[in-house]
Amino acid sequence: MANPSAPRSFLQVAATEEVAPPLRVVQIEGLVILKIIKHCKEFSPTLVTGQLLGLDVGSVLEVTNCFPFPIREEDEEIEAEGANYQLEMMRCLREVNVDNNTVGWYQSTLFGRYQTVELIETFMNYQENIRRCVCIIYDPSRSNQGVLALKALKLSDSFMELYRNNNFTGEKLREKNLSWVDIFEEIPIKVSNSALISTFMTELEADSPVTQCDYDRLKLSSSPFVERNMEFLIECMDDLSAEQQKFQYYYRNVSRQQAQQQAWVQKRRSENMARKAAGEEPLPEEDPSNPIFKPLPEPSRLDSFLTTNQISNYCNQINGVAGQSFSRLYLMKALQEN
Amino acid sequence: MAASENTALLFPSPSTSLSARVHPLVIFNICDCYVRRPDQAVRVIGTLLGSVLPDGTVDIRNSYAVPHNEFSGQVALDIEYHHNMLISHQKVNPKEVIVGWYSTGDGVTGGSALIHEFYSREVSNPVHLTVDTGFSNGQASIKAYVSTNLSLGDRQLAAQFQEISLDLRMVEAERVGFDFLKKQSIDKIPSDLEGMEASMERLLALIDDVYKYVDNVVEGGIPADNSVGRFIADSVASIPKMSPLAFDKLINDSIQDQLLLLYLSSITRTQLSLAEKLNTAAQNL
Repeated sequence: MANPSAPRSFLQVAATEEVAPPLRVVQIEGLVILKIIKHCKEFSPTLVTGQLLGLDVGSVLEVTNCFPFPIREEDEEIEAEGANYQLEMMRCLREVNVDNNTVGWYQSTLFGRYQTVELIETFMNYQENIRRCVCIIYDPSRSNQGVLALKALKLSDSFMELYRNNNFTGEKLREKNLSWVDIFEEIPIKVSNSALISTFMTELEADSPVTQCDYDRLKLSSSPFVERNMEFLIECMDDLSAEQQKFQYYYRNVSRQQAQQQAWVQKRRSENMARKAAGEEPLPEEDPSNPIFKPLPEPSRLDSFLTTNQISNYCNQINGVAGQSFSRLYLMKALQEN
Repeated sequence: MAASENTALLFPSPSTSLSARVHPLVIFNICDCYVRRPDQAVRVIGTLLGSVLPDGTVDIRNSYAVPHNEFSGQVALDIEYHHNMLISHQKVNPKEVIVGWYSTGDGVTGGSALIHEFYSREVSNPVHLTVDTGFSNGQASIKAYVSTNLSLGDRQLAAQFQEISLDLRMVEAERVGFDFLKKQSIDKIPSDLEGMEASMERLLALIDDVYKYVDNVVEGGIPADNSVGRFIADSVASIPKMSPLAFDKLINDSIQDQLLLLYLSSITRTQLSLAEKLNTAAQNL
């Protein structure tokens, strides 16, 4: 800057962007939680999405409001209308002084099946426009067990870089030291309420010793949830083994190709020896036109990574539910003995 | 409503079974709008969305604020905004229609009649919800009204606001857990097991309370109350009576099932990490 002592204009400040601190916490308002739950629950089991509005303050991303999207339909005209809807809604909300910066989107999921290519693509789309965005995932199926299944996710930076170049070969992944655990980053969620709301809630609803949440948690039967979970887990295992087979096939082809190459080079060498003995020019040891030298395309590892993520998610859920069941069973035992 | 042929002064009979039910989201929304109101505004006004249930209860499920100007007894509502917002909301959920309007502040004010008349044109018999965000009585009062017209022949004389009963349904909020909604900030959403722990602690505390009560009664500290006694007997009876053998079998079977699940998920995890190791090894080809 030419004159550092002069007051800097807003534009200049904006231009000299400092290195953004990493996103540590997503601070979400109770209002947003209720809105998300209402939208997701009303349309369950259809999966729905909506937009999150808020502010990006240092390492905290504040989510202060949100609005739902209409259910998407495969029609271009309606899609254009959807974009209009979004603009209209943003404009309207701005008029009543709601923060109208998009900070990401929310979506519902069933049994935690959210690790899909679509999610990654949506994320990449958002990321292009907003530097920092987050995806909040709510699972209505788990709320019946008294768990508030809210998760804030983002893609890790190294994964995004690879995805942009569409480079999921084994070599690249090894170079970046990226494994399936590193695709999604979960960000801790903080809940905040305005003082007014907090007063209202305290005033309206006295502390009750037992809540619906407790009833849900202490319900003995959890088998339908576990059953569905296991079904999905098995499905995923099948997918994974199909992926693995693809790789095996690929490696078999590669080794076969290498053997062929070896044989070809061997043959060429002996030929060259013979030519040398006869006093002729040796032929080159490589022949790019030969099909056996064409490198085989390596299948992308993205799918298997996602499936692996999914499986580990199911395992976590099963562990969680089993843990809960244990405590419930021992509780029952204690009660019975009393 | 009060269309009549007689020329007598008519007090229409109040709609008897009318009541309203408000979901917590609406309260949250109103409070948020109030916090974000423009500098000079005293109150916020907005539209209530929901549906009328078969039994006549008005179910208020959603709301949005409508900008307005208020000066010297006149109220100018941004009708265009109201319509735009309505269309947007209906795109998402066509089942939610206008059921009334809300305003912050305590009770009905002069300008309310005008706005109410506007909403009467949108929907028959709208509900007027007031949320006292100023705590003018020292308490959070939320009230719902319907209006009836006093008319003499075809001439309307006045509008009368009648309070109707209001049911604050907090079940949804309960499911989320009040802890999230009451406090001003919470650092972390509890995991499965932490939630379970909290629930069990509460259950234990309740059982302790019952113990203390019963002991007290037995020792003659407090007079016995038959209805409380009956409740306690009921809850004790709700534990199924089984032979210890059958119960042990039941518990052990379930525990074994759960253990099997745990085992399976651990083995799957091992498999995953093994597969990952093999994949990286294969990359060295």
